[in-house]
Amino acid sequence: MTTNEAAWLAVEEAPPERERLWRRLMASRSGRWGVILTAVVLGLGLLAAIGATPYDPISQRPIDRMQGPSAAYLFGTDQFGRDILSRSMAGVATSLQVAIVAVIISAVLGTTFGILSGFFGSRVRGPVNALTNILFAFPPLLLALALASVATRNWFTVAVAIAIVYIPIFVRVTRAPVLSLREADFIKAARVLGFPSQRILFRHLLPNIMPIVIVQVTLSMSWAVLTAAALSYLGLGTPPPTPALGSMVFEAKNLVAIAPWTMVAPGLVLIMFIVGLNLLGDGLRDALDPRNESHS
Amino acid sequence: MITSKRIARTVAEATVTLLGVAVLVFVMLRVLPGDQITASLGIEAGMMTEAQLDALRAYYGIDQPLVVQFLGWLTEVASGNLGFSQRTGQSVLEMTASSLPVTLELAILATLLGVLLGVPLGMLSASRPNSRRDGGAQLIGLAALSIPSFLLGALLLTLLARILRYNPNAMGFARPLEDLGLNLQQMMLPAIVLGFALAAPIMRTTRSAILEVKSQDFVRTAIGKGVSPLRVQVRHVLHNSLVPIVTMTGIQFGYLLGGAVVVEQIFSVPGIGRQFLIGMQQKEYAVVQSTVLVIALLFLIVNLLTDLLYRIIDPRVRTG
Repeated sequence: MTTNEAAWLAVEEAPPERERLWRRLMASRSGRWGVILTAVVLGLGLLAAIGATPYDPISQRPIDRMQGPSAAYLFGTDQFGRDILSRSMAGVATSLQVAIVAVIISAVLGTTFGILSGFFGSRVRGPVNALTNILFAFPPLLLALALASVATRNWFTVAVAIAIVYIPIFVRVTRAPVLSLREADFIKAARVLGFPSQRILFRHLLPNIMPIVIVQVTLSMSWAVLTAAALSYLGLGTPPPTPALGSMVFEAKNLVAIAPWTMVAPGLVLIMFIVGLNLLGDGLRDALDPRNESHS
Repeated sequence: MITSKRIARTVAEATVTLLGVAVLVFVMLRVLPGDQITASLGIEAGMMTEAQLDALRAYYGIDQPLVVQFLGWLTEVASGNLGFSQRTGQSVLEMTASSLPVTLELAILATLLGVLLGVPLGMLSASRPNSRRDGGAQLIGLAALSIPSFLLGALLLTLLARILRYNPNAMGFARPLEDLGLNLQQMMLPAIVLGFALAAPIMRTTRSAILEVKSQDFVRTAIGKGVSPLRVQVRHVLHNSLVPIVTMTGIQFGYLLGGAVVVEQIFSVPGIGRQFLIGMQQKEYAVVQSTVLVIALLFLIVNLLTDLLYRIIDPRVRTG
């Protein structure tokens, strides 16, 4: 190994900056609140995922129907006697499942297309551009709606529908920085050293656009949760009896005159979830922006 | 200036995109389980003989190869025939002629509210960054970004109906020419819900654009020359921040044309989003296909107009 190559390999190692990032994130108000809110909602969802809800979110208890908030039922029960808190927790788990899978699919595919179309010339860029233009010609919710009603509906098809809508956003967000990075000296140097494209793409380019991808992932999570909820509100989300936050709000809307508490828990959890993710995204953006280095 | 070559290229690009949209929608609908026959006859379709089903398929034209069906549809659309609804017998062109103005009215009102709320909020928070004022404005922006419109809509609707017994949307929809007063009352709540959501991106864009412009030399020069603060704010800072604000507003307006589905549904506003949703639920191929095509076309036109608009606002873009 030549000394030159050793120097470049040293550059490839990620600096121990994770700790610094965390400190900077927690130093900003939005970052701190984002972490707290997201952690609380994630905690509720994870508890539901392992079955640790106060009551079974699906089984019906007709004797206890339409009960107001009490010590036994913190947020009351619905028209079938199901505990609203347990159902909201299970709803969080459902949206998490949909949102995480949707964002992973769109982030991986979108970033890959974005990097490839930025790095390789017009032969890749042309078709990718045309495809993103087509997907961008739909208002996002409309496209998700149309896609979600295709095929047998379950949580996975809903996730794929949302993923397809967000792929072009990842393409656009990652392509621009790749276009300018392509001309950067360290990439040129890597080329001169004869590194294969694969290695340049994954070890030199990808780490440099990671901050952008991370921020986009966080913000997309909040959109995905929102879209999943809107779909389930319209009756096109994860099908019943699985609790979903959107369909809970829909049911509560018709009950609100006699049982206003039915809307409180699902609405509150949904807002906390989205506010938390948005704040976390903002906090991460500031923490990852090298221009803010001096502030912390 | 905008050259004719540029316009030709933009139109060509838009045509390719529209064609892609058409293909995508067509393919998507054909993957749907169940066809028009089961959708219109329901369970009875199962009691028919194979020969009867074949006859119906031939009648609806869905026995043809997909490519033939697609080209047939495209030729019809090009000649202005958007198809008919199986259920009501109404042509999609008629349906769209009745639903599109409703959505346009709603989108214009919502955008107006969004700009009226978002731009001043953005200016307010940019006037003293990181102050309490900035924090408050950003908090409102965060709420606008995070409260789902279906939740806000459902809350407003039920609260007003319950406490004030006020629910103009429960009455039949009034067109502005029939009863402008009732029409505006019916449009108010959905426009507020959509406008509130719209204010968030507009506010954020305004804030960052103004912060960017404010730090530039020509603003300092203007202040140094003794230009009044209000004039500096409006004539120098806001004017030069308009391009991103107009772009963001244009994009959001475009989204509203099809993306107001949920709010139209909640408030029973018979707009184009609802036309799409009902078509989707009843598997009316013709209605859904043509509605989506119309929405995509509008979206492209709005984006094109936005593009033109900021060329007018910012002379530098014209030559650039």
